[in-house]
Amino acid sequence: MKKAANIYWLGVKELRSFSHDFVLLGLVVYAFSLAITLQARSNSQELHNASIAIVDEDHSELSRRIAHAFFPPLFQPPQLIAERDIIPAMNKGRYTFVIDIPPDFERYVLAGQQPGLQINVDATAMVQAGLGSSYAQQIVTTEIADFLSHAEGVKPSTVNLDVRIAFNPNLTTAWFTSVMAVINNVTMLAIILAGAAVVREREHGTMDHLLVMPLTPFEIALSKVWANGLVIAVAVGLSLYLVLRGMLGIPVAGSLPLFMVGVVIYLFFATAVGIFLGTVARSMPQLGLLYMLVYLPMNMLSGGNTPLESMPPWLAKFMQVSPSTHFVAFAQSILYRGAGLDVVWPQFLAVAVIGALFFGLAILRFRSVVAQAT
Amino acid sequence: MNAADQSVAVLENLTQSYGKVTALDGVTISIPADCMVGLIGPDGVGKSTLLAIIAGARQNQSGSVTVLGGDISDTKHRASVCPRIAYMPQGLGKNLYPDLSVRENIEFFARLFGQARDERTWRIAELLDSTGLAPFEDRPAKKLSGGMRQKLGLCCSLIHDPDLLILDEPTTGVDPLSRRQFWELIDRIRARRSGMSVIVATAYMEEAERFDWLAAMNAGKVLATGSPAEFKASTGAATIEDAFIALLPEQQRSAHRVLQIPPRHFFDGEPIITAHDLTCRFGDFTAVDRVNFTIERGEIFGFLGSNGCGKTTTMKMLTGLLPPTAGEALLFGKPLDAGDANSRYRVGYMSQSFSLYTELTVRQNLDLHARIFHLPAQKAALRIAELASYFGLEAYLDQRTLDLPLGIRQRLSLAIAIVHEPAILILDEPTSGVDPLARDRFWEALIDLSRNQGVTIFVSTHFMNEAERCDRISLMDSGRVLATGTPAELVKARGAAKLEDAFVSYLEAATAPRIPIIEHRGAPDRADHPPQGRAAARSVFSLQRLLAYTIREALELLRDPIRLGFSLLGTTLLMLVFGFGVSTDVNNLSFAVLDRDQSPESRAYLEELRGSSYFVEKASLANDAELDSRLKSGDISVAIEIPPSFGRDIKSGRPVWVSALVDGAMPFRAETIRGYLQGMHQLYLADPAVKTTQPSASPPADIELRFKYNQDFDSIYAMVPSNMSLLLALFPAILMALAIVREKELGSITNLYVTPVSRLEFLLGKQLPYIAVAMTNFTLMMLLALFVFKVPLKGSFLTLLGGVLIYVTTMTGYGMLISTFTKTQIAALFGTAILTVLPATQFAGMMTPVSSLAAEAQIIGRAFPMTYYVPISVGTFTKGLGFTDLSGDLLALAIFVPIMTMLSVALLRKQER
Repeated sequence: MKKAANIYWLGVKELRSFSHDFVLLGLVVYAFSLAITLQARSNSQELHNASIAIVDEDHSELSRRIAHAFFPPLFQPPQLIAERDIIPAMNKGRYTFVIDIPPDFERYVLAGQQPGLQINVDATAMVQAGLGSSYAQQIVTTEIADFLSHAEGVKPSTVNLDVRIAFNPNLTTAWFTSVMAVINNVTMLAIILAGAAVVREREHGTMDHLLVMPLTPFEIALSKVWANGLVIAVAVGLSLYLVLRGMLGIPVAGSLPLFMVGVVIYLFFATAVGIFLGTVARSMPQLGLLYMLVYLPMNMLSGGNTPLESMPPWLAKFMQVSPSTHFVAFAQSILYRGAGLDVVWPQFLAVAVIGALFFGLAILRFRSVVAQAT
Repeated sequence: MNAADQSVAVLENLTQSYGKVTALDGVTISIPADCMVGLIGPDGVGKSTLLAIIAGARQNQSGSVTVLGGDISDTKHRASVCPRIAYMPQGLGKNLYPDLSVRENIEFFARLFGQARDERTWRIAELLDSTGLAPFEDRPAKKLSGGMRQKLGLCCSLIHDPDLLILDEPTTGVDPLSRRQFWELIDRIRARRSGMSVIVATAYMEEAERFDWLAAMNAGKVLATGSPAEFKASTGAATIEDAFIALLPEQQRSAHRVLQIPPRHFFDGEPIITAHDLTCRFGDFTAVDRVNFTIERGEIFGFLGSNGCGKTTTMKMLTGLLPPTAGEALLFGKPLDAGDANSRYRVGYMSQSFSLYTELTVRQNLDLHARIFHLPAQKAALRIAELASYFGLEAYLDQRTLDLPLGIRQRLSLAIAIVHEPAILILDEPTSGVDPLARDRFWEALIDLSRNQGVTIFVSTHFMNEAERCDRISLMDSGRVLATGTPAELVKARGAAKLEDAFVSYLEAATAPRIPIIEHRGAPDRADHPPQGRAAARSVFSLQRLLAYTIREALELLRDPIRLGFSLLGTTLLMLVFGFGVSTDVNNLSFAVLDRDQSPESRAYLEELRGSSYFVEKASLANDAELDSRLKSGDISVAIEIPPSFGRDIKSGRPVWVSALVDGAMPFRAETIRGYLQGMHQLYLADPAVKTTQPSASPPADIELRFKYNQDFDSIYAMVPSNMSLLLALFPAILMALAIVREKELGSITNLYVTPVSRLEFLLGKQLPYIAVAMTNFTLMMLLALFVFKVPLKGSFLTLLGGVLIYVTTMTGYGMLISTFTKTQIAALFGTAILTVLPATQFAGMMTPVSSLAAEAQIIGRAFPMTYYVPISVGTFTKGLGFTDLSGDLLALAIFVPIMTMLSVALLRKQER
């Protein structure tokens, strides 16, 4: 009872201090509003406005049809260039795609001689090149088929493939990027808020003060966990309802309350890591440097930026240790695929266990911290 | 010019305010030349501001300030007199560099004043000899005692033979022997350098006696000026301290009454606090060395000693914050147990710099502590009201602690320490930084607690007159207790006139063999030689000054393992992480099949998928429900469903539809999967074996996809050079910004303000080491790229090298620019990280080519240097390009260098506001 009261009042103190720190407050508001919409609207993961040039050595109706088949928003209007310009232009990175239509292309097509047509792809522009090349190939194929169907009848193929996309039928990237932005920002802020709360107390000498009072490191640490966690949980909740659903109009398949339960468990872990780092670092700048080395890998490798399947198997396995990976996994399950607790409970459990581990480490380090502080 | 002949500085109607605080309020004063001038007054009355303005470190907001015959606000005059002024800011060694050795520190200053090697060598030797620092010339400044640090500060100030020496509280927190030696040193220097004016600020009123001329300050105003004798005569006081109090405005003075200390009651029973051979070591440094003492109930026991002599460490051991290395501490006769919460209810602690939650109000602070000690609500309310009235805090209850004057905060801090009515009070330097009147009021409270409530008080101080108020004191030095007893006993034991002399005598006995002061050697006295560097000091640009900063920065970086480790290994670590983990290749995709036909035809169709290296098959699906649930849990990314009569329909030529359901949770992945599936379907149709079973036309044209530069379309060839660009943007910018803001935060930026170094020299000098660090980073990452990731360099290495050099110069410049508008290191770190990562990943062509961005995003991209480096990095690595292909990007990148530098120079201040 006394313990609970201590934890409560220390947490209230934490919240009061936080409400006066306008820089941090501003950072939290920004991270869960503007930063989310910015990232949702960026289209770095889809084909958009790709630059394309066409070398038309045929000057036929078919070659013109092909040129006209590329248009915004997927492609920029194609530029006509000469054959000798292909290499210099691609070296300069001016065009990601250059389609080379050889002389007499149309004639050979009509004659059924299967003429060659080259699509040159700048394979250093990975995302665009990967997505765009199959689009470009399909557009050209369709144009030729259309052209031929006007010239002669077409025989439909017997076996057909119908690819449907589950959960996000139109593949709107904003659905994905906005939620991943929320997740990344939870990790980013929870660690630094809790870490800074510890270092600030040490720099101001109030940590000594707390430790000579009838308080245990457990109470001090837990008060920081709940207070900082609460701030971010509220921010995430508001962001989901107001920004994601309201402003961006993103449909959520599963249960938001279930997701919030997951967020709270994850926040326990992230704030515990922050407190742990706060006990390792001796000053704010050191905390900042350490934080970057911890946060960046945790975030970049969580599966929210590139799929885990694409990593080397040892790394993908290793990342199972990081709760950020489980966070991304259960967020995708709940929010996109509408999964329930029966599906995500193992991930919840993993996050909680790893969180408890860091929390324990942080408490162990608490006292030794003061010894160094002189 | 007449006034300037007799006055070293003339100030007229100078008013200076910062926010709501008025630091100086219409100060008009002319400070005589060729003598020792003392500025006396408590902390926070504007002494430091005044000195900083005279030194040219701060801009004056109004009025006129004439120093050494010219207007100090005039940049030209400041540049010409700055080699004649030396300024030592407040705070022990604040303008020194703790990681540098004694000699390196002095050398740095000598270089700033343009001294050649010969001159430097003999000047340093002479200064080290005369200050007794010669035996310690290789010791890092951070390992010096307070007194030695002040001497080092003095050496650094005197290296260029100034005509005006400005010392801001040079002896605060220094032990009395070192203090005495310091003043003797100043006297010797003045004797040899006739015509040198010295202006000193001090909070120790006793010291004021030795100055030729005094100015007493209070609340931003000068109360009086004159010689010490005139001071005492005009007020009829016996000491300067009394004279000062007499000069204070009526209302402030009326609160003052002479402190009465009633005799102490002696209680029976065992001592409350006992220390037995208490020892604390940090590594090989012994902070507290076999300390013994006992404190009786109701006693006021004092620890007197300089900063860093072990007072705080001893107190921390007594509160259980720090476990002793050896020996033991007894509280109430029982060994101290750090885990014992009950004993903590009986101890009140006030740490140095009164640690309060400054964001909370006075009431919230009191309330929080009452709650932690679990005072019942009603009792807590009563107790808080009682304390508030006792300490005169009622008027401030709902104000934020941050906005309160120091004296009030100090009383609040004491109130908090006794909320729970402890039996012991441990107070660590509770009065530093507080004016004499506030200090007296604080002591009244302590005496009341001791005499009327039987509270045992253990207090540390570096003020003699406070020590005299204690029942008993221990004199401490270098971790040891020199003597313990009542102040009178100690004075008597050494046959001294007052406590200070007794302390000095104890110190001399203890330390005389340790710090030999080498009196002036027989060498020719060259101190009066005009410094040769003076002419050089006025030059507009000096490579020597620039290199002084380069050498210093490099030494500091090499000696800071955390910063060095971060700067050298941080990029390598992240390069490994990104290289292995960040990829746009989509493979190892899991799929499962719901084959409702199970015919040779259906297996033939699936053959194509099963043979693909992109896909991994998982257990087959039994029904729609399983398909649904496994897709939902993320177990599979694609489900392929083949209709029941697949084989039959093919044979009879009826169109059939195979359906694929792709997990759309990650759109990029889904899109790629769709492309793969369609490609595979085409292959199936083109398969000659398939053709025989169904009628199909050969495709009308042969569309060939040519992946240029990267035939296998493996993302590592693009990602590795791109990641290198990102890391070479982020790290150099952060390290550079930190390096500059660090000086602002630690105070050594003052050296930029008051020495001849120009802003350009300062910035470029600090930039060079970080360019070198960045080039080392580049080399390490290059090796990783070649040997770990096996990404070959296909193009010109020299072009890449040149590009990197220009790029990291630009990016350190970018960090420089950000540092000009950040004040703290943490803000610089986050500011730089956010302002680098966002444009770097979104707008600089790393993921999306700049040409595909929206118009405004393109503008941001074009204004960010990385946009021009990515083509160089990717171009030389993967596209196999050389100088001619990339000259445009190189040129664009090069243009940033002068822009960043010029903007930073323009935005950096050469004076504090």
